[in-house]
Amino acid sequence: MSLADTSTFTGRLDDLGVAVSAGPPAECAAMVEAAAGEPAVGVPLDRSGPAAFADSPATLPERIETEPTTADLRGAHTGVTAASLGVAEYGSVALEADAAGTEPVSLFVDRHVVVLREADLVPDMPDAFEWLGPRARDESVDVVFATGPSATADMGGLVHGAHGPKEVHVVLLREDDPGEGER
Amino acid sequence: MSSDADPGAGTEDARPAEAPGDLDREAKADRIRELLATEGDAVAANTRGFNEGRYESTARLDGYEALKDEARAIKEDAIERLPALIDEVTETVEANGGTVYLADDAADANRYIREVAAERGAERAVKSKSMTSEEIEVNDALADDGVEVVETDLGEWVLQLAEEEPSHIVAPAIHKSREAIAELFAERFDPDDPPETAEELTMFARERLGELIEDADLGMTGANFVAADSGTMLLVTSEGNARKTVTATDTHVAVAGVEKLVPTVEDFSPFVELIGRSGTGQDVTSYISTLTPPVDSPVPDFAADEGPLADGSESDREFHLVLIDNGRLAMRDDETLRETLYCIRCSACSNACGNFQSVGGHAFGGETYSGGIATGWEAGIEGLDTAAEFNDLCTGCSRCVPACPVGIDIPWINTAVRDRINRGEADPSQLDWAFEELVPDEEPGGLDLGTRLVGNYATLAKWGHKTAPLANRLADVGPLRAVAERVAGIDRRRDLPAFARESLVEWFEARGGPAVPADEATREAVVYPDTATNYVDVARGKATVRALEALGVRVLVPDLPGSGRPPLSQGMVATAEAAAEDVYAGLAPHLDAGRDVVVIEPSDLATFRREYERFLPTDSHERLAAASYDAMEYVFGLLENGADPAALRAPSEGTGPVASGRRIAYHPHCQARTVEVGEYATATFERLGYDVLVSDTECCGMAGSFGYKTDYYELSVDVGEPLVEQFGDTDRTVVAPGTSCTEQLDALLEASPLHPIEVIAPRE
Repeated sequence: MSLADTSTFTGRLDDLGVAVSAGPPAECAAMVEAAAGEPAVGVPLDRSGPAAFADSPATLPERIETEPTTADLRGAHTGVTAASLGVAEYGSVALEADAAGTEPVSLFVDRHVVVLREADLVPDMPDAFEWLGPRARDESVDVVFATGPSATADMGGLVHGAHGPKEVHVVLLREDDPGEGER
Repeated sequence: MSSDADPGAGTEDARPAEAPGDLDREAKADRIRELLATEGDAVAANTRGFNEGRYESTARLDGYEALKDEARAIKEDAIERLPALIDEVTETVEANGGTVYLADDAADANRYIREVAAERGAERAVKSKSMTSEEIEVNDALADDGVEVVETDLGEWVLQLAEEEPSHIVAPAIHKSREAIAELFAERFDPDDPPETAEELTMFARERLGELIEDADLGMTGANFVAADSGTMLLVTSEGNARKTVTATDTHVAVAGVEKLVPTVEDFSPFVELIGRSGTGQDVTSYISTLTPPVDSPVPDFAADEGPLADGSESDREFHLVLIDNGRLAMRDDETLRETLYCIRCSACSNACGNFQSVGGHAFGGETYSGGIATGWEAGIEGLDTAAEFNDLCTGCSRCVPACPVGIDIPWINTAVRDRINRGEADPSQLDWAFEELVPDEEPGGLDLGTRLVGNYATLAKWGHKTAPLANRLADVGPLRAVAERVAGIDRRRDLPAFARESLVEWFEARGGPAVPADEATREAVVYPDTATNYVDVARGKATVRALEALGVRVLVPDLPGSGRPPLSQGMVATAEAAAEDVYAGLAPHLDAGRDVVVIEPSDLATFRREYERFLPTDSHERLAAASYDAMEYVFGLLENGADPAALRAPSEGTGPVASGRRIAYHPHCQARTVEVGEYATATFERLGYDVLVSDTECCGMAGSFGYKTDYYELSVDVGEPLVEQFGDTDRTVVAPGTSCTEQLDALLEASPLHPIEVIAPRE
């Protein structure tokens, strides 16, 4: 993906108040470790993200409970999942509902840490729907494009965390990154 | 308002013959006064904020107009092939393992949903806000079966607690202040530490609702769009309540009007970019769910929470898509109401509407829908009688037209419905014969008298001018004003315009016609003598002639009929159409001769460019629209093409009162802005060296006859409040091109505004 898209994406996330860590896949666990609060639940990357994560050196730290009970979910501060796609223009991440629980793990928590490969960034919404269309028709996928934290203005002022997470943290994996860690 | 209206048929009216409409009028005015006092401030702050957000957000979007065109094309195509899409989505959803039910009406839909709830043994349903479910009143239907229904949208939940109806399509509780919500929570829950700040109130609601969602049995949502090719539905929210509603419950019932169908998933794309921007000014909402249900997530069992969240077993999720007709397929066959089906429920029309900004959806709505587009929905879904209750709150200012992301001509729907109401609710007991000469319209007899008087303003003005001294004196006589108020609903607090003894056309003839010889002229133009200019505000007509002649234009001012704008504003479509034909007949020889048409009154220019499309053959309309110019647009064009600005009046030099002439407070007319000519006055002023402050309100609130009507007087004044705030203490020269704006500004600011052309035209 072009540098322009990455900087557009991170710029939008910044506007949305979303923290970003960027680094090579091998640094994934360390970046998630730093971003996740306690206690944390998660979905293994290769089970919530695109198939490409299956061969990736990216992993989650040990302390993330990846086979949570419903009680673990209820008690968790942070949920960690992969995203299948990022939309640079809007700073959105595409989260796929799956049997492993990506949707509840990303939703019933105060902080959502989302792992996204830079290679999965697309420039704009039409690209995202070009990607979604065939998958919706052939695989009946359920995808939420999440842009920043949950928000409401119904109570007389803008508040984050109406029903969903109050904070979002994106861990962006760069294949050719020399490994500097936090940006 | 009478409730027995039947389109096209005369009805027996039960109103007392001696005071037609009096009670309606008083009740309506009382209701508006009450809403202005109780809900007006909160609604105003929120809607104006959303509207401002829309301008900012759409300005950031590259290709906004192209995106709107794309969205419009998708809806046109989808509604065109709606029956086929219904068949297709039934196949795809069933292939996915869901069920589709096509409900004829609300009762049919509710019966089906109750059966689903009963089969699943549901005790509690959680709901994500949906106007379609408001339309069918499913909460009441489920409650009758003992199913507890909980709204999960925070604003909607507040209304549920307060037992109120939504006042806005997108933000249902905007009429409630933070303080009122805090009071409500304290009263309902009596918490130890009552929440007060927005943050505390939100967290309080999140916690309460979170518990209720966790052990709910049934999840109900609407659907913003449904793709026929895959059975995928699109849900946009910012709170995440739709996501929780779907995820936490094993049975999902989605209700959607049939018009929500689009052919493919890819078709969602432009709407995703337009809906948040149009509604609240968000670039996109926080969550855009594209679900192809039944969804794949495990159902969290919060009752047995030591079990694994995902135990690897197949979930027994169930999905029902209830597609609702409820009058929509008939609307599809109705040339006027069909456009309503393109509506994507974004609320831009409400937020852009001056009247909505003042009183909100509790005045500006019917059984379910509110705002500008509500007339179309309510006429189609509930019937004309419901639409009639609020239809005339649309003043036709047209600011919703550029705001609508799918290009629906909402004022036209309102006009056409008003026409049907006029015809359907005509009261044959009125004393028409006494007014036949004054009101020679094309409409059937028995039309409300106030409507007819305003609708026949051209005739009235001509008569007033012929008898000017007497008519003007009579217009100020107290007892007569009282009669006018009682019989025709003309509010006596408004000054009536004084008619001129010499009309513009008479003045032009008397001075000997064109002053610039044909062989010396750069161009030839007809100055259109609109009714107000010709008979009331002749000065702006003379100024237009002077300005154009100073720039080398050979000007003609022929006697031409009224544009049809006043009858149009009263829903007298046949009369307006006849006027369009007469105007075109009068102008055709001039167009043949290659003359331009210069229009002083912006609402008349908007009529030529917009509404005449419906009245004239395509070629005639295009020809007239292309040759017609706003007076300031025309001046700007002449300067751009080399005319000498020194011929016009530049700001005067010096200090003191004289210097104030350098500084202008300009209120562009609503319809002029819609046809995109509002900015030419600013550009011309600035070019001549004036310092211009432009008003940032959508509409002055007067809008033709609206502000004269006694039922709407207070509302009209309230809509003008932002103008008072912006221009109230100004030492600038107040300038406004529209007759209505001039009257409103005159009344509110005591400013006696000038038409822009009067400022720049050389002195007499």
